[in-house]
Amino acid sequence: MTTRLIYFAWVRERIGVPEEDVELPDGIDTVADLLRWLRSRGEEYEHALQYPDVIRVAINQEHVDHREKISGAREIALFPPMTGG
Amino acid sequence: MPAALVPTVRIQRPDFDVAAEIAGLAQGRADIGAVVTFSGLCRDEQGTLSALELEHYPGMAEAEIKRIAAEAVTRWPLQGLTVIHRHGKIRPGENIVLVVAASAHRQAAFEAADFLMDYLKSRAPFWKKEHRADGSEGGWVDAKDTDADAARRWQSSE
Repeated sequence: MTTRLIYFAWVRERIGVPEEDVELPDGIDTVADLLRWLRSRGEEYEHALQYPDVIRVAINQEHVDHREKISGAREIALFPPMTGG
Repeated sequence: MPAALVPTVRIQRPDFDVAAEIAGLAQGRADIGAVVTFSGLCRDEQGTLSALELEHYPGMAEAEIKRIAAEAVTRWPLQGLTVIHRHGKIRPGENIVLVVAASAHRQAAFEAADFLMDYLKSRAPFWKKEHRADGSEGGWVDAKDTDADAARRWQSSE
């Protein structure tokens, strides 16, 4: 299944694209698995995600924590802590 | 039993008119005793900042603020609630965010507005990037631990 990944702020700048569609390999069950797999995809991903604990994640536009299962996610967004208001 | 209040939430690039938003909530009604308004403005940081660029997550920004506003409606007896958050390039002195909370009495209106701002800062998907007055590249604004702490205090008061 194809999953759309969306990046914001410095995560977007470091990875170098605002969004991409990926085919997730077997064994990527949780958000934490996804972050680990992405870091293995190249230097820019490693640079963006080297401190995974600070990365915030939303699945289908709702906040989730890193233990959340990602099966069935159409859209997963990765971003830094928010600074609105 | 009055119909449940549906908060007004807008994510927009243009400025907003604070007086018009208050009037929009309160005009023609006689049951509102308190309107609390919070507006957040862009500071120039002692002249070093020329603008803030506000990036947002379209769709989720509105959805998340609606979730926060809906929770406020369940926690306080509100008669009106409007939240507006701007995105794009914002200059010092310009508005960034507006919360208008209306209730019969002031305490609910004050608390709801305070709650909205605390949650919005730590959960609404917006990010600020600085443009510096000297033309140099500004960085992304860091999230403050104090904002996350401020949001948490609403959980322990149950």
